[in-house]
Amino acid sequence: MSTESTQREKIRVQGVYKSFATKKGTVQVLDGVNLSVREGEFLAIVGPSGCGKSTLLNCMAGFERISQGSIQIDGVEVQHPDPKRVFVFQETGIFPWLSVWDNVGFGVQGLGYEAKHEHVMKYIRLVGLDGFEKSLPAELSGGMKQRVEFARALAVEPDVLYLDEPFGALDAFTRIEMRREIVRIWRETGKTCILVTHDVAEALELADRVAIMTRRPAVVHSVMEVDRPRPRDSDDPAFREWKDQIFSILGVERSV
Amino acid sequence: MSALGSGSWTQRLLLGALGLGGFLVAWQLATWGNGITDVPGPRLTFQGLVELATAGVLWKNIVASVFRVAWGFCLAAAVGIPLGMWMGWSRHGTLLLNPLIQTLRPISPIAWIPFAVVIFGGSDFYLRGRILFDASDSSAIFLIFLASFFPIVTATTSAVQSIEQKYLRSAANFGVRGVQLLRRVILPAALPQILTGLRLALGIAWVVIVAAEMLGVTSGLGFQVNDSRNNLRMDYVAAAMVVIGLVGLGLDLAMSSLESQALARRGMSRR
Ligand SMILES: Nc1ncnc2c1ncn2[C@@H]1O[C@H](COP(=O)(O)OP(=O)(O)OP(=O)(O)O)[C@@H](O)[C@H]1O
Ligand SMILES: [Mg+2]
Repeated sequence: MSTESTQREKIRVQGVYKSFATKKGTVQVLDGVNLSVREGEFLAIVGPSGCGKSTLLNCMAGFERISQGSIQIDGVEVQHPDPKRVFVFQETGIFPWLSVWDNVGFGVQGLGYEAKHEHVMKYIRLVGLDGFEKSLPAELSGGMKQRVEFARALAVEPDVLYLDEPFGALDAFTRIEMRREIVRIWRETGKTCILVTHDVAEALELADRVAIMTRRPAVVHSVMEVDRPRPRDSDDPAFREWKDQIFSILGVERSV
Repeated sequence: MSALGSGSWTQRLLLGALGLGGFLVAWQLATWGNGITDVPGPRLTFQGLVELATAGVLWKNIVASVFRVAWGFCLAAAVGIPLGMWMGWSRHGTLLLNPLIQTLRPISPIAWIPFAVVIFGGSDFYLRGRILFDASDSSAIFLIFLASFFPIVTATTSAVQSIEQKYLRSAANFGVRGVQLLRRVILPAALPQILTGLRLALGIAWVVIVAAEMLGVTSGLGFQVNDSRNNLRMDYVAAAMVVIGLVGLGLDLAMSSLESQALARRGMSRR
């Protein structure tokens, strides 16, 4: 069990520019983003809506080509998607035509049936879904679907998990429960986790560090160390102060 | 909504029976006193139906029509689904073939009748030495093929084009590509919409059967209609029409139950 991230650099994002060609001309989204992610850390990325958080994550996952700059993982340039780094989608990306078992086993390759079953069941148990392996996604609640998605991602034993607002579609109670789950899973497996969220409180509660992105065309304004022990209390006064700081960087007035 | 509508069983039964009963009464009144060489009433039609059934020709004709529709429809699916998938997947495929297909689609298969006869009128098909379908069968099957091909290609193309990006990205993320991608993601993701297209196509194919069986065949429900008309047995014409309607309804119910099963698996209900 490793909870402390090492200082080794896992991902290096350097001078990344990304623009999209649209009918109305080119949209400059990323405008020279620099970011360094440490191995095994939980990094959150916050920023105003539409600033390019998902775009940055998609580029880091290899789904989108960057226009300029470099994104390296373990010193190797990211060219295309890879099972070593798995993306968890906001609206669950699990396959509705496959059972929980088949979903979790989707990316698992090169094992015989027995070994695969053992492997898949291990991850179904890890996310607390044992007994549901034969269920179809349509029979599960939103939180359970999200667990399936986590299990499917973890089952290929990736080094990096990209989480793009994974709790966005969940209700408030399930969201709290799933936050606790993701921290537990992260601590048990020691993966490098990158979480995109527009919920600043969520970022502070979960992450070791919070990267703050500016409005589009976006850069990473600064990275904040969240030096608090876990389990964390969302009412921690230190969070309030950091929250105010982040909001003032983002230029948002907090009182309504 | 299924072919018989939605609602509780009793409601369906009662209202369905009411509609049908109302129609029968109106039909009876409108055809009062007509004989078998005129538009027949429901009683004469039913008598004709019984006569055809007891003579054994009815069953033979149903089988003949279903056989032709099944061949034309299955061939159309066998060509249309792969072609539609390719068109949906490749941008060049769409650009290359879509204008052509969308131009051919509005042409009624009936307009093809002269060419169907010229092209297939002289060729019998054999399988292992036994005749599979004779020349007139081939023309009919060709027309059924045309009727069902375009809806199938169009539905499959749009099914593949509208697969959600997150499913394709998930597959790419887990290193699934090529044939595996097709089998494990593209096909199941597109399946509900393809089934809807197949149902539509089968409906159209069945509608075209009467016209297709004008082409010198000597069996089938369409033949029954034409032949009875030539013999001035309008009661047989009406009886054959009733059977065409009932078999069509049965085919549609079978297809829609397939479709709802595929949708239910995904937790969706039919629109
Ligand atoms: N494929 C695309 N083509 C054109 N423009 C795009 C494309 N993808 C994203 N954009 C634009 O890039 C900008 C950033 O989008 P992105 O989805 O990365 O924002 P985000 O920070 O994730 O926002 P949110 O918090 O609302 O999810 C938006 O203005 C969007 O319109
Ligand atoms: Mg986003």
